[in-house]
Amino acid sequence: MVKYIGKRLLYMLISLWLIVTATFFFMRIAPGNPFTSEKKLPPEIEANLNAHFGLDQPWYAQYWDYLVRILNWDFGPSFKYKSQTVNDIINEGFPVSAMLGAEALLLAVAFGVLLGIIAALKHNRWPDYTAMIIAVLGISVPSFIMATFLQYFLAIKMGLFPVARWETFMHTILPALALAATPMAFIARLTRSSMLEVLSNDYIKTAKAKGLSQGVITVKHAIRNALLPVVTYMGPLTAGILTGSFVIENIFGIPGLGAHFVTSINNRDYTVIMGVTVFYSILLLVSILLVDIAYGFIDPRIKLAGGKKGE
Amino acid sequence: MCLYGDNCKETVWGKKYTQGVEIVKKRLSIFFSMLLVLSMFLAACGGKDNANSGDKGGDKDKGKSDVPQELRVNINTEPPSLHPGLAKDATSGTVLRQTFEGLTRIEADGKPHKAAAEEIKVSDDQTVYTFTLRDAQWSNGDPVTAKDFEYAWKWALDPNNQSEYAYQLYYIKGGEAANTGKGSLDDVGIKVLDDKTLEVTLENPTPFFLELTAFYTYLPINSKVAEANKEWANDAGENYTSNGPFVMKEWSHSDKIVLEKNEKYWDADTVKLTSIEMFMINDPNTELSMLDNGELDWAGAPSGELPQDAMQALKDEGRLTTQSIAGIYNYKFNTTVEPFNNVNIRKAFAHAINRQEIIDNVTQGEQLPAMAIVPPSMFPESEKGYFPDNDVEKAQEYLQKGLEEMGLKDVSELPPISLSYNTSEGHQKIAQAIQDMWKTNLGVEVTLENSEWAVFIDKMHSLDYQVGRMGWLGDFNDPINFLEMYRDADGGNNDTGWESKEFQDLLAKSSTEADPEARQQILKDAEKVLMEDMPVMPIYFYTQNWVKDDSLKDVVVTGLGDVQYKWAHFE
Repeated sequence: MVKYIGKRLLYMLISLWLIVTATFFFMRIAPGNPFTSEKKLPPEIEANLNAHFGLDQPWYAQYWDYLVRILNWDFGPSFKYKSQTVNDIINEGFPVSAMLGAEALLLAVAFGVLLGIIAALKHNRWPDYTAMIIAVLGISVPSFIMATFLQYFLAIKMGLFPVARWETFMHTILPALALAATPMAFIARLTRSSMLEVLSNDYIKTAKAKGLSQGVITVKHAIRNALLPVVTYMGPLTAGILTGSFVIENIFGIPGLGAHFVTSINNRDYTVIMGVTVFYSILLLVSILLVDIAYGFIDPRIKLAGGKKGE
Repeated sequence: MCLYGDNCKETVWGKKYTQGVEIVKKRLSIFFSMLLVLSMFLAACGGKDNANSGDKGGDKDKGKSDVPQELRVNINTEPPSLHPGLAKDATSGTVLRQTFEGLTRIEADGKPHKAAAEEIKVSDDQTVYTFTLRDAQWSNGDPVTAKDFEYAWKWALDPNNQSEYAYQLYYIKGGEAANTGKGSLDDVGIKVLDDKTLEVTLENPTPFFLELTAFYTYLPINSKVAEANKEWANDAGENYTSNGPFVMKEWSHSDKIVLEKNEKYWDADTVKLTSIEMFMINDPNTELSMLDNGELDWAGAPSGELPQDAMQALKDEGRLTTQSIAGIYNYKFNTTVEPFNNVNIRKAFAHAINRQEIIDNVTQGEQLPAMAIVPPSMFPESEKGYFPDNDVEKAQEYLQKGLEEMGLKDVSELPPISLSYNTSEGHQKIAQAIQDMWKTNLGVEVTLENSEWAVFIDKMHSLDYQVGRMGWLGDFNDPINFLEMYRDADGGNNDTGWESKEFQDLLAKSSTEADPEARQQILKDAEKVLMEDMPVMPIYFYTQNWVKDDSLKDVVVTGLGDVQYKWAHFE
């Protein structure tokens, strides 16, 4: 186990290095620079700016400098937002994105699993159809449309919630719902199909034959196995929700990190691009590792140190 | 958070089947607690209606005057910098205009009025300005002195400070030399005669200099605070001192800025608003919804944006206010490549579009068709322009003439033409309409090409395009704003490769002409030369559209599209 985790950590470092390198070079290949604007700068001023931000150095010096900065966890100043460093931006933006993401994940998992189980238990009866209609809607309606709908009906028409912004708990509900809709639908379908599969297994029949009640069978024997695919899905989902929150953050005016992930590229804000990419990459790599480890715990059939003979 | 709790429990499941019942209870409790959370959501909804409108109602009851004077507006994005010397964008400008005060301030009549300056003397040759400052204080009580202006201006000109807008100060003698490292800051024509007197020597007579002194690069900086703390402008707080009607109380990055009335402001009696909350919502639909839901008092320009789809409906409801501003939307021609190196081809393309139709059906913001370059607020004649809109006959004549000159028989022999614009729905719709008009009216097939902003700008500046979209907004109220970019082919913002000796001479003449009317005429002549050669095809003059709370009065939006809340109040 320790060996496995050690190996994985090593791979993570290599992936991270590859990501950083690729981002660095792609970013520099892209035309334009952070000082591009409608009103072109006098060349002397541009030279000054380049010197100030170290852009006049040869690429290998900049690359090296950058690697050192990452190791020190100091990403430097933002090119565009003169009053903030990249560390400030991450420190201020991430907790908000994380809060939104956590709320959305909670909603997605809670309702997704609930709907999926109901649908499977009442297979081909009205609760199944209702749950699956909800799920199809959830999957097919893009989050930005869902967001607008929620704003229009729940906020403007019914006056239950504020339209946008990130202040009180009430402000967080609509964006979390909008963000949760698609993964919730996905989880519902995932749970339903794996639940149906599990329910047709021999051991469930055995349990029924033993005279156990439907409730005990479901909770004790079925759900546990049926949830495995859902757990697998959690890693990519966590990453997806965190990085994919851009649209929702934009619509609801939420000061999260998602917006910087996208706008920094348009701004050619080199330091922010690198900082946010590195940060998200670490997050993604760690969440995948955690899920893999968790998976091994839940399903004893899966050996983490797999591939080794005789173990 | 709770989620990881789930996962942890799930890991327990794997251990021993026999613990089943215990764990079942746990799992059930998770589901129930989730249900509980849901019911809490619902309960909370029922209990508390719209939080914001509730607040407002409450304040109404206990306010000293009957109406709370608290304004909520949207400024779209995080201002990149609130340091007057570093600011270079509209959002930062919007905030700075409320918190700082320059020597002059543009008021409701669109003209510069004395602000921090109490008296302004101009020498006969219009190159030396002597400003006497009024007794005013910074928000921390320090007196506003001539040195604060000198400090701010020289700070921006200092090449070590990388001010990207320092060129706004190049009108001052020695400014450009100091900024580009060819001269010394000590030789710049800014002299502090005493605490209250500032003498500024200009490079040339500059009839619009008092407009410039209202611009944000010309704002003063509290030299005492700034010298002690280089990072004074990074956050709200005691270091962020300002001398304008409002003072910044809170700056939550990417979220909101809160301004409060500056009690130390010399004209504080005029200021009615007690606070301004500036939100950073970057979605026009959300902005309008917030206004409709009472979470904002103003939606749309100048600080925000309205959704294009909603324009017609808002117009029909009679809620929309439209004001023209000094700005132009145009297509530039690359005059260094075929076929646009031919003036008749350029003219043919410019004549062959129906601007009014684009305005009525695409942009829908009551813009003004542009057949000239300088906006009507500066040249009233521009409302009619130099040629009629949608003149297809004339366009075809020009096209024939152009084809002959190029030795071509037919439009099909023209080299392939592409129209470039930066990726955005609005630009795309206009480009599609124009593509269609050129096809119908001239029989020319044009392909559309969009690229992301930074890439696009790079292409335009390096003349790697044929026809390209550009917009231009005036920084100050003078025609030179719209003309001088075409002075030199390699000047930073020309983008067309066009230059003309006659045009250059006229601009040079205008900069030494002291009589305003004669100067105006010279600039008109220059515009005529430009339109004769048509390196740029005007499309429309910008307008600004907004919707606001009915009780909000006296928000001043100037002809340049700048907003000021100094006089604003709720009734």
